[in-house]
Amino acid sequence: MKYLSEFRDPVIARKILDRLHRVTTREWVIMEVCGGQTHSIIKHGIDQVIPAGIRLVHGPGCPVCVTPLEMIDQALAIAARPEVIFCSFGDMLRVPGSRKDLFTVKSEGGDVRIVYSPLEAVKIARANPEREVVFFAVGFETTAPANAMAVYQAKREGLTNFSLLVSHVTVPGALRALLTSPSNQVQAYLSAGHVNTVMGYHEYEPIAEEYQVPIVVTGFEPVDILEGILEAVTMLEQGEYGVRNRYARSVRRDGNTRSQEIIHRVFDLTDRKWRGMGTIPQSGYVLRPEYRAYDASVKFAVGEITARESDRCISGLVLQGLKRPNQCPAFGTECSPETPLGATMVSSEGACAAYYRYQRFTEREPYA
Amino acid sequence: MSHDLLDKFFLPRFENDILGELGDQARLNIDGARLAFSTDSFVVDPIFFPGGNIGDLAVNGTVNDLAVGGAVPLYLSAGFIIEEGFPMEDLHRILLSMEQTMHRAGVMVVTGDTKVVNKGSADKIFINTTGIGRLPEEVDLSPAHIRPGDKVLLSGSIGDHGIAILSGREGFALENPVQTDSAPLHGLVQTLLEGAPGQIRVMRDPTRGGVATSLNEFAQAANKAIRIDGKTLPVQPAVESACEILGLDPLYVANEGKLLAIVAPESADAVLALMRGHEYGKEAAIIGEVLDEETARVSLRTGLGAETIIDMLPGEQLPRIC
Repeated sequence: MKYLSEFRDPVIARKILDRLHRVTTREWVIMEVCGGQTHSIIKHGIDQVIPAGIRLVHGPGCPVCVTPLEMIDQALAIAARPEVIFCSFGDMLRVPGSRKDLFTVKSEGGDVRIVYSPLEAVKIARANPEREVVFFAVGFETTAPANAMAVYQAKREGLTNFSLLVSHVTVPGALRALLTSPSNQVQAYLSAGHVNTVMGYHEYEPIAEEYQVPIVVTGFEPVDILEGILEAVTMLEQGEYGVRNRYARSVRRDGNTRSQEIIHRVFDLTDRKWRGMGTIPQSGYVLRPEYRAYDASVKFAVGEITARESDRCISGLVLQGLKRPNQCPAFGTECSPETPLGATMVSSEGACAAYYRYQRFTEREPYA
Repeated sequence: MSHDLLDKFFLPRFENDILGELGDQARLNIDGARLAFSTDSFVVDPIFFPGGNIGDLAVNGTVNDLAVGGAVPLYLSAGFIIEEGFPMEDLHRILLSMEQTMHRAGVMVVTGDTKVVNKGSADKIFINTTGIGRLPEEVDLSPAHIRPGDKVLLSGSIGDHGIAILSGREGFALENPVQTDSAPLHGLVQTLLEGAPGQIRVMRDPTRGGVATSLNEFAQAANKAIRIDGKTLPVQPAVESACEILGLDPLYVANEGKLLAIVAPESADAVLALMRGHEYGKEAAIIGEVLDEETARVSLRTGLGAETIIDMLPGEQLPRIC
């Protein structure tokens, strides 16, 4: 697929890198918001080849990582019930709750299934009317339209044995929270191109104005990310702020309005707790009152379950960009993908897992 | 995880020198005859997938485990565990493709067993195959022979089988389904061994865990660092985009008809030409080399010129959320 290879082309990447080295005159701190971008940066070694003065910090945009511990515990409690078929995206299965993970529940006899789409879970509900089918609706605005569609369809068909355990988060609220934090060091943001594809970027314009920061809508391939960094550094060097779109092959200012319609039909914005960051106002979705019968936390009365985080895990600081994974004393010793202390070590998009997998032995190399 | 099980439970109980080599096949010497011996169980789900099914996989899998040690596969056993109520037409389809694959590979099933178990005690059908092959006198392949400067050769594109399996699963439809690469490799292996005698250090068919896992196994067994070049890795575009969608790395996705070989540097080009001349090696490439470092580590030079680690995975790759 030329579409993909073009954005991995080392010759094009090298040209952007050369420009980046020419325009950079001082140190800058830039956050890539999305875990997919973090993964790509570490996997391709982008952090090793950009000018040494540009520090990339990794943002909270990894849905698995920011899902609060008690939500995992609620999922475990529901999944262990004999009448339940618990459906989830694959990477939630290894995330440790307080005592176990979904894989363990599965091995203990729970009916836990990996699905690739929430609509598949609706299909399972249709085929198993005597069972309760629950889908773990985790993710940012990117996965929200399909999850909304699943509930919408289930209601229209009159399916009563389908529900969602909703742990949806949204980016703008988190961006505001990061920007207002007194310890914030980030000077520019690479916004998550997939989220912008759905939601557009008009929501980010008032944020960029208010906090006077550059926000660059950025894709996920090496060339995309380098273009995003180049745009952000150019704006910083010239003292400009605002929102710029460097992922125009996928993102329009208004986004995908049909997807937004289905989201708003099914979900309301709400305050949400983020793992490692606490409760952030207006930063997540909850099912609207008319869809309450499809809310698994109500249906199975697990809303009261609470949990305490490991005090040895610094993922909260990592998610806010205040610490890098390899600055954690537990990194690679006590905490590894086989025995993760926190979610950032579990998901392939978690910053800790990305560091562990691709750069655990790598020293920073000078640009040649 | 399964490495842990092996080390903690199985090896201490079954300990002996032959098992201790931990190759894809056991090497036996019976009254002067050198034999290779290997077994594998097949529990793939779905049992039918684009380009193949559990039957041809069961034949090719064991044939290849023998072949990569340099053996000429001769005889197979086949054991079937079948769930009550399994459709006869499906069984027939599976056996037909086993028959065809046996002919193609030049092996015979000479003993077998069938058990039918209660519904729910097995998932449709499980097949075990065990094979015996003749190991030519002069062939001695082992990761212990790996030397700094050796080249890493790969017979073709990576990840085809794993993606074919995924696309065969319910609810995951690719527009252009990728076909499995399932194929018997002993013909290709014999071509290389005869065409470049003494030049091949070790070979493997990178099945579960993909090329990344096999390379790590080489690196650990030889205590050498191996570096591959991302630009030279053959990946089909359809596999690359499916991996992109699912958040998988093709380096870790299973193959069933690919050969990974470590070759003496002076013969690398000649072996590459031999591979490319064979029907199962047309897209072969030199993908990396063994470094002069006594560290068991595999790294990748990315297109940007950065260097990253290619690690063993703690478990199966899990598709990501977004």
